[in-house]
Amino acid sequence: MKKIFERIVEGFLFLSSTVTTITVLLIILFLFREGTGLFGKSPTEEGFTVAVNKNNPVSELNAEQVKNIFDANIENWKQVGGKNDSILVFRMDDIFKFYTEEELAGVDTNMTLLASKIDEVIQKNPNIIAFISSKNLPANPSSKIITIAKINLSDFFRGEEWFPTSQPVAEFGIYPLIMGTLWVSFLAILIALPFGLAMAIYMAEIAAPGVRNILKPLIELLSGIPSVVYGFFGLIVIVPLLQKTFDLPVGETGLAGSIVLAIMALPTIITVAEDSIRNTPVSVKEASLALGASHWQTIWRIMIPYASSGITAAVILGIGRAIGETMAVLMVTGNAAVIPHTILQPMRTIPATIAAELGESAKGGMHYQALFALGCILFIITLVVNLTVEMISKKRKQNR
Amino acid sequence: MIEAKNLNLYYGAFHALKDINLKVAEKSVTALIGPSGCGKSTFLRTFNRMNDLIPGVKIEGDIIVDDENIYQKGIDVDRLRKRVGMVFQKPNPFAKSIFENVAYGMRVNGISNEKVIKEAVEQSLKQSALWDEVKDSLKKSAYALSGGQQQRLCIARALAVEPTILLMDEPASALDPISTAKIEELIHELKKKYTILIVTHNMQQAARVSDFTAFFYMGSLIEYDLTKTIFTNPAKQQTQNYVTGRFG
Repeated sequence: MKKIFERIVEGFLFLSSTVTTITVLLIILFLFREGTGLFGKSPTEEGFTVAVNKNNPVSELNAEQVKNIFDANIENWKQVGGKNDSILVFRMDDIFKFYTEEELAGVDTNMTLLASKIDEVIQKNPNIIAFISSKNLPANPSSKIITIAKINLSDFFRGEEWFPTSQPVAEFGIYPLIMGTLWVSFLAILIALPFGLAMAIYMAEIAAPGVRNILKPLIELLSGIPSVVYGFFGLIVIVPLLQKTFDLPVGETGLAGSIVLAIMALPTIITVAEDSIRNTPVSVKEASLALGASHWQTIWRIMIPYASSGITAAVILGIGRAIGETMAVLMVTGNAAVIPHTILQPMRTIPATIAAELGESAKGGMHYQALFALGCILFIITLVVNLTVEMISKKRKQNR
Repeated sequence: MIEAKNLNLYYGAFHALKDINLKVAEKSVTALIGPSGCGKSTFLRTFNRMNDLIPGVKIEGDIIVDDENIYQKGIDVDRLRKRVGMVFQKPNPFAKSIFENVAYGMRVNGISNEKVIKEAVEQSLKQSALWDEVKDSLKKSAYALSGGQQQRLCIARALAVEPTILLMDEPASALDPISTAKIEELIHELKKKYTILIVTHNMQQAARVSDFTAFFYMGSLIEYDLTKTIFTNPAKQQTQNYVTGRFG
C-alpha cells in the first residue's frame, strides 16, 4: 500500500517536471519560429510591388536604395546602376498628375481600368519608379517589377534604421536598439557598482549587527517594488531633474534610464556581493589581522579579492536584470531609435521596443516577426549572461 | 616580558577565564594544556587581542607585553599584532602566491622596498624550513602546497613581520605525523629567537617541545611550572590526573 502511494507521488513529480520542461521548450521554440520567419522575406508589405519602365536596365534594388529613392535622397538612375536619367517617383496618389478626373472616371468601380492607366503611365515615362498595389497591375504588364533584396541577418544586425512600418520598404536595422540597450545597461552598472559594493562592504563588515538587521530587509524590499513604480518615480523625479541640470530639450534620456536601472539593480548587487564578502572564512580574516593589517587593509586586500568571483557574479546578474528590464526603461528613456552619441540623448532599448510596438503590429506580419526576432536576441543575451554567472560560481566552488 | 595579571574574561555572562596570573619566560616555549573548553585558546588569544573580534567579550585585568599593558586605552592594536605573531590551528594561507603570502605582512605594515621584501621572504621561508621545497615555485598559489607545507608557510608569514612573540594555537593538530614532527623541530629552532606560547591537546607534544607548561581547567590556571615537573611530579592531583590521561 505504502509502495503504491510512493509510486503515485513519484509519478506526479515526474509529470509536473516534464510538463514544465516541455512548456519552457515550447515557448523558446515559438519565439524562434516567429523570429526567424522575418528573414528571407521581401521588405515590401505584402500585396505591394515596385515597378519600373520595361526599358529600364535596373531590375534589382536593395531596401535601402528603394527607401532613398522614395525619400528623394537618390535622384538619378545612375546612382543605382541605371542610365543617366533623373528618377520620377510615382505613388498611387500621383495618378492625378497624369490624368484628369474625367479620364479617370469609372476607376472607382473598375479596377482593371485603373491598372491599365497606371501601366500606361509607366510605359510613357522611362525614368519612372512606381510603388503600387499588386492588384493595380494588369495581368500582362508592360512594366517591369523590381526585385528587392530580401531581408538578411547582416542587414538586421548592422542596419542603422528602425522603420518597421515605413512604405514602400520597411527597415529593420536593430543596431541602434542594441546600442541603446548596451549603453543604458552598462551605464546603469557603472553607476550601481560603486554604490552597491560600498553598501555590501558596509553591511558585511562595518555596520553594527543592529544596523545591518534593519538595512538588509529594507534592501530586499527594494527588489519587491514593481518596476512601473520605479518608472513613475523616474519620470516624475529624475527626468525633470536631468532636464534642469543639463539644460536639455527633453529629460527623457539614456541617463535617466540608467539611473532608474541602477536603483533597480542595487538590491541584487548588494545582496549577492554582501553574501560573498561574508563568506570569506574567518580564519583567513583573522590571519590577516594577526599580521598587523588594519581592518580596512584586511577588507581591501584579503576579503574583496576572496569575494571577487561573487562580486563579478553580482555585477553580471545586475546587468542581466538591467538588459531585460522593460517598463521602467520604456517610461524614462525617450525611446528614439537612433544610434546614441551621448548619454544625454533619448535612447531605445530592445525590451522597450517590443513592449511599445507589439500591440500595434499585425499578427504574422513582418513587423510582428521582427519584434519576435528582437525577443530572440534578448533571450540569447540573457542566456549568455546566466551561463557566465553559472561558470563563475562553479569556478568559485572549485576554489574553496 | 609577557605577563597576565588578574585576568578575567567573559563571553557575555559566561566567565571564561578566572583570575589568571602567569609570567612567561622569554625565549622559551610555554605550553598551554587542558581539556576542551578550558579556556587555553581564549587565553592565548588575549595576547594579540584577537578576542576583540568576538562580540560580547569583556576583559578585566592586565596583559603586559614589553612593559606595556596592551589593554590600556590608546594602544595601537595593529602594531601590537605585528609584535605578537600568531599561527592558527588549521593552515589558513591567503588565496595568493607563496611569495605574496609571506610578503603580505610587510606590505600592510608599510614596507614597499621590493628588495627588502624579497630578502625577508627568503629569510622567513628558510627559518620555517620551507625554502628548499618552494624556492623554485614562489609564484605558485599557496593552495598548491600540502597541509604541512601550508602550515610552515603560515609560520613563515608570521615570522616575516619580525615579531618577538609567537602564539601557536594547536599548530599541528590538523597535520599528519611527519608534518607534525617537522613543525616540532621548527619550534625547537625558533625558541632561540622568539618567545613561544603554544596551545596543544597532545600531551606528548607538550612534553617534547615545551620548557614550561600551564595546565588550565574550567577557566582557571591550575598549575604552572617547568614541563618536567608538570609531567613527572605535579603539585596538584587534578594535574596528575590529566597528564596521566585519567580524564580530559
